[in-house]
Amino acid sequence: MTQTVNPADALAIDAGVVERILVGFLREEVRKVGFERVVLGLSGGVDSALSAALAQRALGPENVIPIIMPYRTSSPQSEADARIVADSLGLKPEVVDISPEVDSYFDRYPQADRGRRGNKMARERMAILYDMSSAHDALVVGTSNKTELLLGYGTIHGDMAHALNPLGDLYKTQVWALARHMQLPSDVIEKAPSADLWEGQSDEQELGFQYAVVDVLLYNLVDARRTRAELRAMGFRDDFLDDIGRRVRDSQYKRRPPLIAKLSARTIDREFRYPRDWGR
Amino acid sequence: MTATVPGAAATPQTAPHAAVEEMAADAGVVVVLAQLAPRLGDVASNLGRHLDIIEEARKGGAHLVVFPELSLTGYFLKDLVPDVALHIDAPELEELARATADGLDLVVGTVLESEDARFHNAALYFSGGRLHHVHRKVYLPTYGLFDEQRYFAAGDRFRAFELPLPRAQQHRPWRSGTLVCEDMWHLSAPSLLARQGVDLLLCPSSSPGRGVAHGNALGTAMSYDAMTRTYAQLTTSFLLYCNRVGYEDGVNFWGGSRVVDPEGRVVAEAGDGEELLWHRIDLPSVRRARLAYPLLRDERHDLVDAEIERLRHRRNAEP
Repeated sequence: MTQTVNPADALAIDAGVVERILVGFLREEVRKVGFERVVLGLSGGVDSALSAALAQRALGPENVIPIIMPYRTSSPQSEADARIVADSLGLKPEVVDISPEVDSYFDRYPQADRGRRGNKMARERMAILYDMSSAHDALVVGTSNKTELLLGYGTIHGDMAHALNPLGDLYKTQVWALARHMQLPSDVIEKAPSADLWEGQSDEQELGFQYAVVDVLLYNLVDARRTRAELRAMGFRDDFLDDIGRRVRDSQYKRRPPLIAKLSARTIDREFRYPRDWGR
Repeated sequence: MTATVPGAAATPQTAPHAAVEEMAADAGVVVVLAQLAPRLGDVASNLGRHLDIIEEARKGGAHLVVFPELSLTGYFLKDLVPDVALHIDAPELEELARATADGLDLVVGTVLESEDARFHNAALYFSGGRLHHVHRKVYLPTYGLFDEQRYFAAGDRFRAFELPLPRAQQHRPWRSGTLVCEDMWHLSAPSLLARQGVDLLLCPSSSPGRGVAHGNALGTAMSYDAMTRTYAQLTTSFLLYCNRVGYEDGVNFWGGSRVVDPEGRVVAEAGDGEELLWHRIDLPSVRRARLAYPLLRDERHDLVDAEIERLRHRRNAEP
């Protein structure tokens, strides 16, 4: 990549203000629907660590239930990091090994590629989180950041499924900034991001670009609504702009509820529009 | 696309269309309502389809082709509005203008961006190789499933204009006015055009179907059936209603494009798929309707003006 894009101040956040808003968000939106507790998957990565830290501040450590869900090929370091995060926040993690159920399923489809296997793992974890949600009267908190939501770098009905998400409007570089502000374990912040769905997987390798670069582009494309000509003048190459534009467009379906065929005069979500906080 | 004029099988590529042959060549204007399903947000592809349809219409002997509302862009654009918007001198519009150089006129729907970054839902009338008239949709529905005021600026006028129709060789030019979809739901809009002496109401539309609980037709189709026939009859004018078809985000557009004559009769009607609806309209029919129903002659403009003036004063007097 020969793009010469300057890191933009536009991605800078006042971490104190952001922390206050997100802690308030979790506290209000969880309690207002009659819950005290939340459950979330702790992967050992910075996103889930940050979600856990915000939830811990919002609801108290006794009300945050982290679930560590390794697969047999997951990096042992991931689980170790997840435990470090839980310890540092005073949380008691539960460990559920997803290998038996995932392997049992793919025994029937041994030819399945790693994409299918990775999605299955993500959805297995989702199913466990929703079961834990029921078992512990706890809402499922998401950990998807704005970068991966916009790029569609997530599994629909897998890690993209949750009741509420404090990180969905923070780009990855902003997640790092907030994680540093909240003094999360530095190893967790510094390590290379990975979905850890197969051995040696790395976000930036798989995506083909660095978060530091794509976040500047996404900010200028999505938040600032700059034109193609302006983005080019900022130093972004056409093939990169094409690639990112296509990723955002092609993953739009993942960010929307399923299509409902319109028939009546009042279709759900089309004319029937009540706030999610209806009656709360 | 297939034509549905009775007796017309496949559209011949070079011979005049069957609807054209029914009358002598100098009797009236051959209109084509291009009921198509635009691709949402894909102006290049939609422009190509427009040019293909225009070519087919030209070969069939058409004088005027009417496309639906936002035919170049699709309807539920949301945040795509600024991405698909065209300036009035855009090359895409110049290409459409050139397609009218030899006498085939054109009504096209698009998002028009002004110099000061306002976006209008506009119906453009091209003739003689240039843009002849622009109507910017006045009534932007923002209720139910509609959100147009979030994305569009409203037009501020209903103006009649003469149709050049150079190849149609009329003894006088037709006068016309445009109502885009929701404009039709406001009684004052056709009244203002009627007062300006129109013979033809051009009504491009992107009407989503809804309300299946009543009878055997969609609720929206029944509303447009009533409005199109009533407006044509009360203004003793022809009315060309061109609706689109297809689906966007789960919403179906029901088609049903139609030609209504100056006595309020539906004289041609399309189904619910893509098609070109051909019909010949003529000024003598307008004259006959106005002999039978001299409503425009009898309209009391002085009374209307006086009453409106009185209402204005009363409103101004209110605290």
